[in-house]
Amino acid sequence: MRLLNEMRLDFPAIPENEAFARVVVSGFMLPLNPTLEQLADVKTAVSEAVTNAIIHGYAGRRGTVRLHGACTEDGVLYIDVIDRGRGIADVERARQPFYTTDQGEERSGMGFTVMESFMDRVEVKSAVGEGTTVRLVKQVDLREEALPRHA
Amino acid sequence: MFSYELKRGTLTVCLMGELDHSMAARVRSEIDPLIDASGVRRLVFDVGRLEFMDSSGIGLIIGRYKRLSRRGGSVAVAGPDARIDKLFRMCGVYQVVERLA
Ligand SMILES: Nc1ncnc2c1ncn2[C@@H]1O[C@H](COP(=O)(O)OP(=O)(O)OP(=O)(O)O)[C@@H](O)[C@H]1O
Ligand SMILES: [Mg+2]
Repeated sequence: MRLLNEMRLDFPAIPENEAFARVVVSGFMLPLNPTLEQLADVKTAVSEAVTNAIIHGYAGRRGTVRLHGACTEDGVLYIDVIDRGRGIADVERARQPFYTTDQGEERSGMGFTVMESFMDRVEVKSAVGEGTTVRLVKQVDLREEALPRHA
Repeated sequence: MFSYELKRGTLTVCLMGELDHSMAARVRSEIDPLIDASGVRRLVFDVGRLEFMDSSGIGLIIGRYKRLSRRGGSVAVAGPDARIDKLFRMCGVYQVVERLA
């Protein structure tokens, strides 16, 4: 499928950039004519993945979070959230509702569950010591014009 | 952004804007000392003016529930819109936190 648009953005892994990432992705997906609900869905999922990269991936250490976005001609949005942090040993387990490695009382372990419920697809690739890539996929534009064209 | 009011053992925290990890950390560091120092028995989060919330907001609410319930206190939420309500249901918030309106 042909790309309508593409973007790449690197930013330091600091909490202030969680809001920044949400704003960037909202702007990036506008050409797909999102509804307000779709905008909110994507902002929430991106916020979860970026927050995880910052607090779990880098856990307070310096690092860079990369966003890679693509919109295709058939109205699908792809957002990759990439960190080069500590990685996840057992992805299957990490994705379970209420699973958290947080020692305190401040995390509910629902980030992946929230991503899954607001996106069509969530793919996670991770290796311990190398980092994590979370791919968020959503069919945003459902209008006739956006459906695959035939020559 | 947030504001709060303490009246007869009830702390009401009015949350505004975007409740994410960084705002949750700010709210927590400001209200926890107050909760501990002034013997708060009931904590009400007014979420009616929030424009955004993710699971960090859930962590804030459940974390405060754990803190208060240890000494017999309770936590409630007020004014969730449909979206926040869905998030609360998904995360089982209403199993331990009362919903006011
Ligand atoms: N980018 C990442 N790098 C390393 N570990 C991660 C990453 N993302 C998630 N994890 C691991 O997966 C677990 C589950 O993540 P999830 O977002 O579902 O819950 P949480 O972040 O612990 O809590 P919540 O998102 O509800 O605040 C985390 O506790 C952490 O151990
Ligand atoms: Mg999380």
